Amino acid sequence: MDRMAAVAREGLRTDIPAFHPGDTIKVMVRVREGDKERLQAFEGVCMGKRGAGINETFRVRKVSAGVGVERVFPLHSPGLATIEVVRRGRVRRAKLYYLRKVSGKAARIREKREIVPQG
Amino acid sequence: MANGLIGRKLGMTRVFTEDGASIPVTVIEAGPCRVLQVKEDAVQLGFGAKLEGRATRAELGHAKAATLEAAPKILKEFGANQQAYKPGDTVTVGIFAAGELVKVTGTSKGRGFQGMVHRYGAGGGPASHGNTRHRKPGSISPGTDPSRVIKGKRMPGHMGAERHTELGLRVVKVDAERNLLFVRGAVPGAKHGILLVNKQHGRSRHD
Repeated sequence: MDRMAAVAREGLRTDIPAFHPGDTIKVMVRVREGDKERLQAFEGVCMGKRGAGINETFRVRKVSAGVGVERVFPLHSPGLATIEVVRRGRVRRAKLYYLRKVSGKAARIREKREIVPQG
Repeated sequence: MANGLIGRKLGMTRVFTEDGASIPVTVIEAGPCRVLQVKEDAVQLGFGAKLEGRATRAELGHAKAATLEAAPKILKEFGANQQAYKPGDTVTVGIFAAGELVKVTGTSKGRGFQGMVHRYGAGGGPASHGNTRHRKPGSISPGTDPSRVIKGKRMPGHMGAERHTELGLRVVKVDAERNLLFVRGAVPGAKHGILLVNKQHGRSRHD
């Protein structure tokens, strides 16, 4: 089993920043058009992560022209150029599926403030 | 070169291509296999090693004749298109190359006694409206004529735990250093199950 674990570790990316559900993130996706390659940004709220190791995926939701759009990305896919954390959000769930049912004020997510140690 | 070798299923994972596509792969620990005996157009390969007290004297003698220290756990014959082997030689995963097609033989996972729906994909009956024929097989033959059930009629019974060959699997990667073979798709059996990997010519089931 150790060997299988070693195999599964190989494809893991080490350049991915730490982000959590509730964070607003910007994913730069590599898009292939014919023989040309360009980057397409997908910015939205991370609704949750699932899986572990090389199978880990995360779900990003954005509202585009009034329509909610969700995409699931494999975290370790080379098809993602960069992941950037735009804003850290404070949420009380691991999976933010409730965002699908709410809009406007109810869909806001409070920003997470770093706790500065006193003295 | 030998047409195949004996291996052990380690498990499944995924491999990404450079453009981000994900390929489901089975990792097989394939070989190294020692040549026990050279026959006409074939070689007998051995995989693993039996504990000393576990091997019969006949097995030990057979292994010793091929200059092996221990008796292999598994012995299987594989076609060899050249008489390039002599007893004691080692066949490694290097006989395969990425992009080639292989067929993988193993013992499928046992499912126990299963009904028609799971075993043969029967449709089953309606779930409601007073119906009681939910997962039953239905009619198994005509009546008075022929007054018997034809042989081979598919019925509930033991499923799985039988030899199965999965054809046309594409080799994704060969790791000669660790004797690992990465094959696209699933292969029969549980993790740590013994597999026979053979070269195959023809179409892949995934293309």
